[in-house]
Amino acid sequence: MSEELLLEVADLKKYFPVNAGVLGRHVADVKAVDGVSFTVRKGETLGLVGESGSGKTTIGRLVLKLLPATAGTIRFEGRDISDISARQTRTLRRRMQIIFQDPYGSLNPRMTIGEIVSEPLAIHGIAKGKARMERTVELLRMVGLQSSHLNRYPNEFSGGQRQRVGIARALAVEPQFIVCDEPVSALDVSIQAQVLNLLEDLRERLGLTYLFISHDLSVVRHISTRVAVLYLGKIFEVADRAALYEHPLHPYTQALLAAIPVPNPEMQGAQKRVLLSGDVPTAMAPPSGCRFHPRCPFAFDRCSVEEPAMRDVGGGHMVACHAVENGTIR
Amino acid sequence: MALLEVRNLRTTFKTEDGTVTAVNGLSFSLDAGQTLGIVGESGSGKSVTSLSIMRLIDRPGRIESGEIFFDGRDLLKLRDEEMRHVRGHRIAMIFQDPMTSLNPVLTIGEQIAEVVRLHLGRNRREARETAIEMLRKVRIPSPEKRVDDYPHQFSGGMRQRAMIAMALSCNPQLLIADEPTTALDVTIQAQVLELMNELQRETGAAIILITHDLGVVAETCKDVLVMYGGNMVEYGSAKQIFAEPRMPYTQGLLASLPRLDAPANARLTPIPGQPPNLHRMPPGCAFAPRCAYRIERCDQVVPVTDLGGGHLARCWRCTETLVMAGAAR
Ligand SMILES: Nc1ncnc2c1ncn2[C@@H]1O[C@H](COP(=O)(O)OP(=O)(O)OP(=O)(O)O)[C@@H](O)[C@H]1O
Ligand SMILES: Nc1ncnc2c1ncn2[C@@H]1O[C@H](COP(=O)(O)OP(=O)(O)OP(=O)(O)O)[C@@H](O)[C@H]1O
Ligand code: SF4
Ligand code: SF4
Ligand SMILES: [Mg+2]
Ligand SMILES: [Mg+2]
Repeated sequence: MSEELLLEVADLKKYFPVNAGVLGRHVADVKAVDGVSFTVRKGETLGLVGESGSGKTTIGRLVLKLLPATAGTIRFEGRDISDISARQTRTLRRRMQIIFQDPYGSLNPRMTIGEIVSEPLAIHGIAKGKARMERTVELLRMVGLQSSHLNRYPNEFSGGQRQRVGIARALAVEPQFIVCDEPVSALDVSIQAQVLNLLEDLRERLGLTYLFISHDLSVVRHISTRVAVLYLGKIFEVADRAALYEHPLHPYTQALLAAIPVPNPEMQGAQKRVLLSGDVPTAMAPPSGCRFHPRCPFAFDRCSVEEPAMRDVGGGHMVACHAVENGTIR
Repeated sequence: MALLEVRNLRTTFKTEDGTVTAVNGLSFSLDAGQTLGIVGESGSGKSVTSLSIMRLIDRPGRIESGEIFFDGRDLLKLRDEEMRHVRGHRIAMIFQDPMTSLNPVLTIGEQIAEVVRLHLGRNRREARETAIEMLRKVRIPSPEKRVDDYPHQFSGGMRQRAMIAMALSCNPQLLIADEPTTALDVTIQAQVLELMNELQRETGAAIILITHDLGVVAETCKDVLVMYGGNMVEYGSAKQIFAEPRMPYTQGLLASLPRLDAPANARLTPIPGQPPNLHRMPPGCAFAPRCAYRIERCDQVVPVTDLGGGHLARCWRCTETLVMAGAAR
């Protein structure tokens, strides 16, 4: 892995307006992403974890320019892509791609596997005729499918196979960077490992960089080199995998890790358990100050009035928490 | 005597492509106060098993054969109104998506109170009091106010807790929870599981917890039943299943999981192939097409082997698999 930054995101925001009443007046905003900054180095996998509604998918779509941002800057390969034109965005798609969660809904049921995988080659004018066909077969092989699958339709495939088709399609344009949005969440456990191994092999072989989105902390630990923890549209902690899992500092990260059920009855009880009380608040009206304060076992006066800033506590381990800053949590 | 004894249960569904056997000769038993986890991947027959016990299988489904003894009586022989009494009163069930089992136009309180009135013969006032008490027990904040909320005013975790309150309001002897936390976030899942554990200790109800998450089972259940292709393939204490699994499918499942208690970059060992197609089941072992230890005999119907200490496995080679898996590692 190099130190070269492939992606730099600074103070990114996405507010979805909420309209109500007969006149559809703008009454509030869903602050889906509320000032998020992070970087992705070339060749690494940055895991993005968070609970449902924390803004993971929105961040992925913003980065890929599938959704316009409300504020903030996105730099890709050193270039500011925040305000580029539609045409420039199309060219950018050759460099960055996405793999979706739902292997059932994300493939057009009326297209054959061959058409689905080769479509990006046509759109971007990458290969024609025989060359296109050969490239398509090569892509299918790369993800463990065969040329005999070319003329079949998605409904003839299992979930794991469809996810492979989605991966082959994303790889068609030879991208540098892929956003993987919950790529294994819809798959059976016995199939998840096949797809995870495939993603890892492809990264190594093709020198890919991933932003890997998931709510599953065990999966993220397995595949990521660094991990960012998201809560209600804010990043609370970013660190190398080992630091995050072995020495989490933010109270939310600690609670999240403690909440994961481990398939090992011997391990229960002992290191358990920071049980969080209460529910996740709505992104329409996030709590004041630190938005975790109503559920935080370490909260003190300052937490409800002042939003903690991201601070580097050493070695690129970034945390946003007053208690960590005070040294209460170390 | 066991509280629940399922013998040779066979449940089928008529589909366009022919009849599928969703549960194929399943037998197991459960003692009073026992917590049993049923695990298996999608389509392995977990939900159909629980719906069969509740006798909630509708057309095109049919319970073809078998017996389900509950407290000494065969549920499959009860008249419909006797079964209605058992349901809710003696056996309660919680589903994955509480919205499908909560009525959106009635308040949470009305729904719990109705169950209590119906089954415990309480009057309106008493039933409402019980509802508030139950909501307090499942830690809904200010239950005397929230009792008048409608389901959509509750968050996912609160709805699932309300479902637990409703299920437990009649002191059932058996609670069947089908993926009760699958739709919830991990921090909320942890709350709900903790609550179930606590209520189990308090009421002594037996629990069948159905899930595809092995971690959830390890955390909540003393015993585990592993299902594959419509039947039990392994049964044992959580310790036996997680530390010394004998059925190659169970072993494969545990090896394929990314886990927090393993080295972070250990390569995963996937189970090759695809989950079984119920329309085209192999003649012998259902796992044979994916099994590394397959031998000729595996194409014959596999009996259950008692490995001692309550540990059962449906595998021709279950006495050797532990050693073979160890050698492969
Ligand atoms: N198009 C939209 N219009 C309005 N609100 C939206 C829209 N898309 C997302 N949101 C809201 O933004 C927030 C973040 O959603 P997002 O899908 O990014 O979350 P997520 O972390 O991917 O969640 P999940 O784990 O459930 O996929 C949620 O509150 C969601 O309801
Ligand atoms: N109403 C139905 N009509 C036809 N087939 C059905 C019906 N209900 C269940 N089945 C079939 O029975 C089999 C077992 O289904 P079941 O719902 O018990 O699986 P499960 O183990 O609960 O899976 P999941 O983890 O996805 O909930 C499946 O192959 C399913 O297709
Ligand atoms: S800033 Fe305060 S409320 Fe927020 S996580 Fe830290 S201690 Fe808890
Ligand atoms: S019976 Fe044979 S095929 Fe089936 S799990 Fe055992 S060894 Fe494998
Ligand atoms: Mg999402
Ligand atoms: Mg089910």
